Amino acid sequence: MKGSEIIKVHGLIKDYSMGKQSFRALNDVNMSVCSGEFTGLVGPSGSGKTTLLNIIGALDNPTEGDAVVLGKDVNSLSQAEGALLRNESLGFIFQTYNLLPVYTVYENVEFPLLLLKKSKQERNEAVMKALEWVGLTAKAKSKPNQLSGGESQRVAVARAMVKLPKIVLADEPTANLDAANSHNILKMMLKLNEELNTTFIFATHDEKVIAYLKRKVVLSDGKIIDDITLN
Amino acid sequence: MIKFLLVGLLRDRHRSLFPVTVVSLGVILTTLLYSFMSGMMNDLIDSTSRFDSGHVKIMTSAYHELENQLPNDLALTSTGSLLASLKKSYPGYDWTARIKFAGLLDVPDENGETKSQSPVFGLGVDLLDKSSHEVERLNLRKALIRGRLPEKPGEVLLSDKFARKLALGLNHKVTLVSTSSGGAMAVQNFILCGTVEFGITAMDNGAMIADLSDIRFALEMPDGAGEILGFNKSKFYSSENAGKTAADFNGKFFNPQDKFSPLMLTLEDQNGMGEYIQYADSMGFIIVGIFLIAMSAVLLNAGLMSGIRRYGEVGVRLAMGEPKGHIYKTLIYESVLIGILGSFIGTSIGLLIGYYFQQVGFDISGSLRNSSIMMSNVLRARISLTSFYIGFFPGLIATTLGTALSGIQIFKRQTAQLFKELET
Ligand SMILES: Nc1ncnc2c1ncn2[C@@H]1O[C@H](COP(=O)(O)OP(=O)(O)OP(=O)(O)O)[C@@H](O)[C@H]1O
Ligand SMILES: [Mg+2]
Repeated sequence: MKGSEIIKVHGLIKDYSMGKQSFRALNDVNMSVCSGEFTGLVGPSGSGKTTLLNIIGALDNPTEGDAVVLGKDVNSLSQAEGALLRNESLGFIFQTYNLLPVYTVYENVEFPLLLLKKSKQERNEAVMKALEWVGLTAKAKSKPNQLSGGESQRVAVARAMVKLPKIVLADEPTANLDAANSHNILKMMLKLNEELNTTFIFATHDEKVIAYLKRKVVLSDGKIIDDITLN
Repeated sequence: MIKFLLVGLLRDRHRSLFPVTVVSLGVILTTLLYSFMSGMMNDLIDSTSRFDSGHVKIMTSAYHELENQLPNDLALTSTGSLLASLKKSYPGYDWTARIKFAGLLDVPDENGETKSQSPVFGLGVDLLDKSSHEVERLNLRKALIRGRLPEKPGEVLLSDKFARKLALGLNHKVTLVSTSSGGAMAVQNFILCGTVEFGITAMDNGAMIADLSDIRFALEMPDGAGEILGFNKSKFYSSENAGKTAADFNGKFFNPQDKFSPLMLTLEDQNGMGEYIQYADSMGFIIVGIFLIAMSAVLLNAGLMSGIRRYGEVGVRLAMGEPKGHIYKTLIYESVLIGILGSFIGTSIGLLIGYYFQQVGFDISGSLRNSSIMMSNVLRARISLTSFYIGFFPGLIATTLGTALSGIQIFKRQTAQLFKELET
């Protein structure tokens, strides 16, 4: 089910300055994403996937061009407005899980809701539901160092999903997982995409991920060289 | 949110226990160091005032000019009426007259022939008057090694070392040969009733302590005195109070035209004590300052380290949509909390240990054996008002500053760069 356009990237250029020289990581990228997509940015290492994902996530600014996310031009957002956009509408999943080690699974998932100033009861309901999605209600009181890699990444998915964001950005989410756990996580995300209509954008070169994608945007040397809608 | 942060602080020992311990230790050391410095200073002031300068001292200006020569021919006369008006005008002080003198001490044998002889420095103080505090002030009871304190005219004390050098036994007759205030030779016999040791090297090498009236008689200075000392009844020297008293007294009694009119000097005006106090103050300031800088460097480093350790956490919180400013603020609040806690614990422990060494002190007589400074052989700390904050505020400020700087380090970086570090 494809909906309205929620991300539009136009003429995007990103230069990294390295001393006197500069390196062009993105070179005139144009693309748009509609709500409910399950899309991957794919391509070899160094092709610019993470760079593009970070700009869409308002974590980085483009050198030229613009990226409009949910009606907001990320280039013109202040630091606080960028934070608000991430807080309300974006969920992140990282290759290395990045759970906060001193907090329990429950508290890690609860954190985004604290930022949204949800009431205790609302938080409790949402956290328990999110843990149910990823099948970890039994581990609510565990600390991250007591979890396996697969479990940790499921907690990260719950943390990204708990506030029901419009868009989830996932950078190499399966790179540290074995095949079984990778499939497990991907099935879960696909289910959430279909049930909640959450838009997922991946940056990956993992074939296992690519197999699940509904659309594949191929990057090479900072340019989009192919854009394929699958199944 | 606040609960969330406090929980994190408590669970993460690297964020709470470790920095609190570092801050406490630094603050303990600073507080103690300062307390010992002021204890030493206080001790020096204390013994100098007791044995020599008083908190304030009155002499004729003529006597003052030649003070080192103990010029008793230039001493104050009619001290009785002066003392009476001092007691009336400045009741906050305890006033007492003393005569310092020098001469030869002659030890005769059974036939009255000289057995041994030695130069002597002496102090005529009010020992026999019941209302006098001189016995306590000079700590004579504690200083007594052999015999007893003088109980009637004609009895004297000698420093123990000196008496042994002269092979003098108790109740032996000694003869003081000195110069009278009129310039004639003065000879007077005394009986040695006891020996003393003050633990102050300068006083223990060859001193004689006699009753004031005996010395007045011997030196032919009835109602005269080389000096009148004033001691603040609070027992503590107050620079401000002494200065005011001296200014007031000199305004009323001192006449610059008259070299024999009485002149009042404060402890600081005498023997370069003022400079010494200033010097010691600035030394103390420098030592504590160096120490503070070292402590701040350590704390700053600890702050930086913990900041770097928390790159990951900061990155995640940013990604979750927490504004940078809010994260920075919470980091600062945390460090203020840590700083207050550590400084509080450190100051408390520092004061406790300091208080112990104020009451008990420790013996450093070994290292002072050859010193001629008027300093007692027991080193004591002294807790003053400053001791309460000398460690506290630097501890707090250094902790906060460390975090503030490490926080800036984090935020100077591009947000996306923090995530690069997350990924590796
Ligand atoms: N901060 C930076 N400074 C300089 N060059 C950078 C910086 N970040 C990325 N690059 C360069 O930009 C290019 C694109 O980087 P990017 O991280 O987007 O690649 P990627 O497609 O995500 O690769 P991978 O699959 O290895 O994660 C790379 O050549 C990289 O070296
Ligand atoms: Mg990448």
